[in-house]
Amino acid sequence: MAPPSAQPHVATNVTVADEVKTTTCYMCACRCGIKVHLKNGQVRYIEGNPDHPVNKGVLCAKGSAGIMQQNSPARLTKPLMRVGERGAGEFKEIEWDEALAIAGDWLGDVRKSDPKKLAFFTGRDQSQSFTGWWASQFGTPNFAAHGGFCSVNMAAAGLYSVGGSFWEFGEPDWDHTRYFMMFGVAEDHDSNPIKIGLGKLKTRAEAKFVSVNPVKTGYSAIADEWIGLRPGTDGLFALSLVHELLKAEKIDWEFLVRYTNASWLVINDPGAADDGLFARDEEGNPLIFDAAKKQLANALDADVSPALTGGHKLSDGRMARPAFELMVNRYLSPEYAPDAVADKIGIEARTIRRIAAELAEAAFESQVELDVEWTDWAGRKQSKMIGRPVSMHAMRGISAHSNGFHTCRALHLLQVLLGSIDAPGGFRYKPPFPRPCPPGPKPAGHTVKADTPLPGMPLGFPLGPDDLLVDEDGKPKRIDKAYSWEYPVAAHGLMHMVIHNAWAADPYPIDVLFMFMANMSWNSSMNVPGTMHYLTDKHEDGSYKIPKIIYSDAYYSEMVPFADLILPDTTYLERWDCISILDRPICSAHGPGDSIRQPVLTPDRDVRPFQDVLLDLGARLDLPGMTDDQGSAKYPGGYSDYIVHHERGPGVGPLAGWRGEDGMSEGKGAPNPNQLEKYIENGCFWSAEFTPAQSYYKHSNRDYLDYAHKMGWIPSADQIVLQIYSEPIQKFRLAAEGHGAVQPPADLKDRVERYFDPLPIWYMPFEEEAVDTSAFPMHAITQRPMHMYHSWGSQNAWLRQITAQNRLFMHKDTAAQMDVSDEDWVWVISNHGRVKGQVKTMTGVNPGTVWTWNAIGKRKGAWGLSDKAPESNRGFLLNHIISELLPAREDGYRYANSDPITGQAAWYDLRVRVEKCEAHEAMATEPQFDLQLAQPTPPRSQVQDQVLRYGADLKGDERPQGPLRHIEWIGNRHENSGKGIGIKDGKGNTTFGGDAE
Amino acid sequence: MTSLPKALPGKKLGLVIDLDICVGCHACAVNCKEWNSGGHSAPMTDIDPYGGDPSGVWFNRIHTFEVEADNGGSRTVHFPKSCLHCDDAPCVTVCPTGASYKREEDGIVLVNADTCIGCKLCSWACPYGAREYDENAGVMKKCTLCVDKIYNESLPPESRVPACVSTCPAGARSFGDLGDPTSEVSKLVKSREGYDLMPEMGCNPVNKYLPPRPPKNAEDDRQLEPVVADQAGALARWVDRIFSR
Amino acid sequence: MHPAKSVIFFTTASGAGYGLAFLLILFSILGILPTSAGLGWAGFLIAGALVTAGLLSSTLHLGHPERAWRALTQWRSSWLSREGVMAVLTYPPVILYAAGWVFGADLTNPLWVVIGLIACLFSAVTVFCTAMIYASLKPVHAWANPLVPVGYSLFAVMTGAVLLSFLARLSGISPIAPEVAALITLALGYGLKSAYWARMEDKPAPSTMETATGLGTIGKVSLLEAPHSEANYLMHEMVFKIARKHAQKLRMVVVGGGFALPFLCLGAAVLTGPVSGLGTGLVGLAVLFTAVGIYTERWLFFAEARHTVGLYYGSGSA
Ligand SMILES: Nc1nc2c(c(=O)[nH]1)N[C@H]1C(S)=C(S)[C@@H](COP(=O)(O)OP(=O)(O)OC[C@H]3O[C@@H](n4cnc5c(=O)[nH]c(N)nc54)[C@H](O)[C@@H]3O)O[C@H]1N2
Ligand SMILES: Nc1nc2c(c(=O)[nH]1)N[C@H]1C(S)=C(S)[C@@H](COP(=O)(O)OP(=O)(O)OC[C@H]3O[C@@H](n4cnc5c(=O)[nH]c(N)nc54)[C@H](O)[C@@H]3O)O[C@H]1N2
Ligand code: SF4
Ligand code: SF4
Ligand code: SF4
Ligand code: SF4
Ligand code: SF4
Ligand SMILES: [Mo]
Repeated sequence: MAPPSAQPHVATNVTVADEVKTTTCYMCACRCGIKVHLKNGQVRYIEGNPDHPVNKGVLCAKGSAGIMQQNSPARLTKPLMRVGERGAGEFKEIEWDEALAIAGDWLGDVRKSDPKKLAFFTGRDQSQSFTGWWASQFGTPNFAAHGGFCSVNMAAAGLYSVGGSFWEFGEPDWDHTRYFMMFGVAEDHDSNPIKIGLGKLKTRAEAKFVSVNPVKTGYSAIADEWIGLRPGTDGLFALSLVHELLKAEKIDWEFLVRYTNASWLVINDPGAADDGLFARDEEGNPLIFDAAKKQLANALDADVSPALTGGHKLSDGRMARPAFELMVNRYLSPEYAPDAVADKIGIEARTIRRIAAELAEAAFESQVELDVEWTDWAGRKQSKMIGRPVSMHAMRGISAHSNGFHTCRALHLLQVLLGSIDAPGGFRYKPPFPRPCPPGPKPAGHTVKADTPLPGMPLGFPLGPDDLLVDEDGKPKRIDKAYSWEYPVAAHGLMHMVIHNAWAADPYPIDVLFMFMANMSWNSSMNVPGTMHYLTDKHEDGSYKIPKIIYSDAYYSEMVPFADLILPDTTYLERWDCISILDRPICSAHGPGDSIRQPVLTPDRDVRPFQDVLLDLGARLDLPGMTDDQGSAKYPGGYSDYIVHHERGPGVGPLAGWRGEDGMSEGKGAPNPNQLEKYIENGCFWSAEFTPAQSYYKHSNRDYLDYAHKMGWIPSADQIVLQIYSEPIQKFRLAAEGHGAVQPPADLKDRVERYFDPLPIWYMPFEEEAVDTSAFPMHAITQRPMHMYHSWGSQNAWLRQITAQNRLFMHKDTAAQMDVSDEDWVWVISNHGRVKGQVKTMTGVNPGTVWTWNAIGKRKGAWGLSDKAPESNRGFLLNHIISELLPAREDGYRYANSDPITGQAAWYDLRVRVEKCEAHEAMATEPQFDLQLAQPTPPRSQVQDQVLRYGADLKGDERPQGPLRHIEWIGNRHENSGKGIGIKDGKGNTTFGGDAE
Repeated sequence: MTSLPKALPGKKLGLVIDLDICVGCHACAVNCKEWNSGGHSAPMTDIDPYGGDPSGVWFNRIHTFEVEADNGGSRTVHFPKSCLHCDDAPCVTVCPTGASYKREEDGIVLVNADTCIGCKLCSWACPYGAREYDENAGVMKKCTLCVDKIYNESLPPESRVPACVSTCPAGARSFGDLGDPTSEVSKLVKSREGYDLMPEMGCNPVNKYLPPRPPKNAEDDRQLEPVVADQAGALARWVDRIFSR
Repeated sequence: MHPAKSVIFFTTASGAGYGLAFLLILFSILGILPTSAGLGWAGFLIAGALVTAGLLSSTLHLGHPERAWRALTQWRSSWLSREGVMAVLTYPPVILYAAGWVFGADLTNPLWVVIGLIACLFSAVTVFCTAMIYASLKPVHAWANPLVPVGYSLFAVMTGAVLLSFLARLSGISPIAPEVAALITLALGYGLKSAYWARMEDKPAPSTMETATGLGTIGKVSLLEAPHSEANYLMHEMVFKIARKHAQKLRMVVVGGGFALPFLCLGAAVLTGPVSGLGTGLVGLAVLFTAVGIYTERWLFFAEARHTVGLYYGSGSA
């Protein structure tokens, strides 16, 4: 009907944008595809790209706030040179030529003398394959990205066990799973995919979602069951489930025999140099005992009948037992019985028993069968794909503990016993995984020579002691002590220790600390006050202990004032980027994919993309691969030039799509000059779909393995055997027992001996073991807010309105006992320090645990916020009271607060006590850092910022409106169609509502 | 005009929010703010955006509640709330100028920014806190149900739905004609026993909420039947098993 | 609800103004108050000033004062609009009658009586409309009841009566009628306010966090996190928190200042006889007390009223 005259006319059909450009979001690391609507050179609207494999059109809170990141008052505007004291934030603006010249000189001197005196570390880096390559061309082993303080425990445990890992490198089979267990996840990198998946899962009546987490918020809030265990005890929980399953024989025998090393024979010869290693034939093939033929056989043969138990004589007369038998002996022991562990875990024994029963029921009574013919690794046709619809996902609640590596291995063991690794309904690999476990290559950097590149990449996967980066006396060769006897499998380095070690000149002093995209004087460091000291401390002669610091940031973060030279970066909407399969791609379980960022806006400031700057520096330093034979820049066009033309191996480049001169090849192929155009045409991403026959059992799927090999993801197309018993780990233990050429120094023998167990173990987190738990009775942990990305959300005018202050959450009964109530100010005290914050009580939290939102607390003067900002006056950072060092050993030496195998930062081992503040203390947070950092020339005047009217000038012009027809949208249409009788199936939305007649 | 449409519109466009799968991510709230920043009610003014007391105009907000069952167990429920486009909207009838009105063609409740005097009375009259006063513009603003997006032919069809709906990662939001019992949203509401907020206020909201589902079998005492007592027993039992690859 | 000065001033001042005009005219019609020009000038100017100041202040506090005229258009449904219309309509008869009074017209003439009655009626209706703006707001349980319109009207007459008593004494006119009216309305006022407060205690709001969220079927609801860590418009405007102790104190002020003390002063004044300096002083005091009392009463009227929005922000009750 025509609107009555009294009703005002509303413009419902208006032009939204002059232009819509696609690119990839970078408000976090999830890599969603976005459509950016541009109007008068400004961003009118950013929405999810419906065609994109990662987010399928949805956009999270951060991504939706991109406009305010682009308009942040904290954006850097020009290269800066420090003039005042470090940390004071006194800079002079300089031109790029000068900045690059200075950086060039500093780095040049180092390279000419001793390349390892450059420590190059990057944080939220999506170009690690590039930055790592740059480091190796420079010739320094001292490179790593954020993985060491992030989740290397997940990566390493996964890659050494099942050839793939949780993190963002695998995902549950959302469509088929019936029982999904999530361990220690608040958000994760797959921010949108996990939400999409949970939405589906929850809407399927037959599926159950169990969240194991001390806190019940976010994902845990919608879980069908919440298990609020005590932090650091998941390993015990998982192994107790293993105990129950073994006892009831609820295990997938066939899976164990076909796809894992459960049947491989382990040499049983205590004291021998090869005790606990796999028995092998002359060619070095592992052996099994063929129970049918009653003889030893090559474990890699397909047509054998491997025994899983029993002692078997080897040709040399020694005994060997299948790895499975060692497992049975360990996990059937009463120490893992639910009743024995329940109290430590903080849940009831009956709950453990029931979860085990539910797992078994889901796996074995409701198995999924896909009628898909496939060929196994041995070329044998299989008529269908049998699935055990039990899936798991785990992240930092597991990894951020000093027992995280083993805990994560325990979870993989559980999955393997249930036969749910890359089986329908289970955990699924994302390409380029699975890879051989461990995958290799090994870390480079044994020898460092002036003016010489490393033979390989600095980061890799050691197979044993020989691959460690240690000198004759077993002392570390890397500044962060990665791949040393303290942290032998530190596959991602230990970024959290670099500043401390560089300051302590332990193992040696460095000359230049070069960092990118990591707020290391704040939320990514432990012991923030100490870190500030390390960064500013001087020798007697007045020179800084860390002589030179170069840093690239895009915003005025807490780290900027501590650098000597600032190389201001662009925002994610202003540059080329490449999300490569060599790095952290956008692959899904359904197929490979990679993507790019294209500049959709031109910077209004004198800033340059860091990748361009790095290539420029590379050329100035005449680094191999970055200069041609004439010595001129090899990629004059900058990063986009590199993305298209760089080749890591023959035909292998940063992007897999549209390769070859003709642009017709995928994976491998000659560089294609028009590659980026192709990507842009396709929405800035490339993706491919596996055939149904390739889709599961990828570790043992012939079609898949051949394809993966062709794509260059795996060195050979051999079966990838899942390693529940880890031989490389045993090799380190043997060295500790005095075998082999490379052995740990005396003081580290026990440590290595104890923690390098080839089968998953559980031990009490180090801090809990070391401190007096009656003085520090509570666990303190953090969670990511779904709407904030670490420190960088607070400069965002929209996001900070949601959370400008973080509270200390604690159980209301716990609070009541100490007569604390909402809004009260309390001291959170660890054995390292104390920090002050305000309390919020709740019930959905483990009573022995307090927690807060991560990285909300800010330092006064940073991020373009006023000194009155709640972030810096009432918000607080738990990092202040987390020590980067563990309490001293007998001889006074202090290990890093890290996992003893991977060096993963143990953020969540923190133990605290909470004390109510004196009345006069209640008001503002402490510690406060007196130095006022004033940002040189912020891009917008604060005056204008008193009132923000963004978009006032972006209203669209009206166009003639056709008949008013609305489009109906059912969230989870497919799943809901089962429920709402008559709801049409299919994904997305679009069914037309009738005209408004 | 202030009086509600005599004959209620046949068409009642509105939202259905599934509290069982909302993870409280705030995506709908921020994407709403983003769309509307350049939309019908632009701008979504923010006051003191980088200062000590930041606040601004939001049409959609996410609350988080804990619900303690009498049997002890507690649940955390994320609760998004925007205008419910009530059939009997007090925000409309109290308006002295007629700036606040309910569209006859689709039931969307809007504010006419050209005639609003900024008396704030409608925000007092709305029981749900769904009206947003823009003190800088001196007028009342509110959820427009994305009236300038859902009919916007310059957007591809898949974008022609409210911003908060198409952006929701969990799929917790649905949109459609709740006046038509045969529409899919109506069926969804029926099958999930969707409900009204504060029915006692008599506003007859169009938006519906789908309740959280009861937790799944957390209480029973199921356990596995052991078939082996200990290591020895197990190995004895399994020793001459023959498995083939 | 946030106790905004503009609204408090508007409702109390215009109330007193209308009350004063109402009584002046009513008494003169009833012939129980000598219509001296002096009293007329003083009374009607003060009444006009109070009403106009009140209306102005509320208009100027609009987001768009220049559009205020639009508020006269929706009288069919909106009490605010009705109030506006009535406020405008009330001026002519009152001014006319006032003119008749001060320029010595024969107010006993039926025509003047009719005008007078219209003026009284309109004044009363205007005050009633003001009251109904609040009484019609279901989300504010404390307001949505008949005690509110009755109260507003009563307090208008009460404050008017106290003022008139003072003016009468100043202009040496027998204050019996206004003082008797004042004493009665003060007594009634006290009773009514007590009833209002009693109801607040006894009659809990129908809406709870459980009905607001619909989660009552699961259990008891409490707020874990608000949508923003800092306060937003809704909280500033509608979620005003006042400590129970503080409220109790202020209620004493209302009872004492608003009712008891004025009552005593006036009572004492009456005893001192119609013309006495002491009496005039006492009535003057009564005026001050009433002013303080009624302002406090109105401040509490807002501060103590809870809006259902609060339920979404964790305030246990509405
Ligand atoms: N919105 C948003 N998304 C992000 C990020 C962000 O900052 N914001 N950061 C990105 C980055 S760098 C990373 S590494 C990922 C991390 O993604 P997550 O792993 O989800 O990150 P956390 O917030 O550390 O979540 C840890 C969870 O484990 C729980 N937990 C703590 N200790 C234990 C324990 O001992 N056992 C169990 N079972 N649970 C425990 C905590 O309560 C918390 O819920 O998120 C990425 N995605
Ligand atoms: N207590 C506690 N501490 C933690 C964690 C925790 O859970 N609890 N989590 C840990 C984990 S997993 C991680 S990964 C770290 C993350 O910690 P960080 O790696 O420090 O991550 P951000 O805080 O996001 O800091 C990234 C920096 O990059 C800058 N930046 C943003 N965009 C750009 C850009 O486009 N270019 C450039 N050059 N710079 C940019 C930002 O301004 C910021 O200074 O925090 C760790 N710290
Ligand atoms: S999850 Fe959100 S912030 Fe991260 S990339 Fe996707 S849309 Fe952007
Ligand atoms: S976007 Fe969806 S899941 Fe996120 S808060 Fe809104 S409704 Fe809930
Ligand atoms: S929710 Fe509030 S603003 Fe929306 S229509 Fe109902 S009463 Fe009006
Ligand atoms: S603020 Fe505007 S819309 Fe609301 S009642 Fe007043 S005039 Fe009407
Ligand atoms: S319908 Fe549109 S305006 Fe309303 S809450 Fe959703 S996004 Fe915001
Ligand atoms: Mo991380």
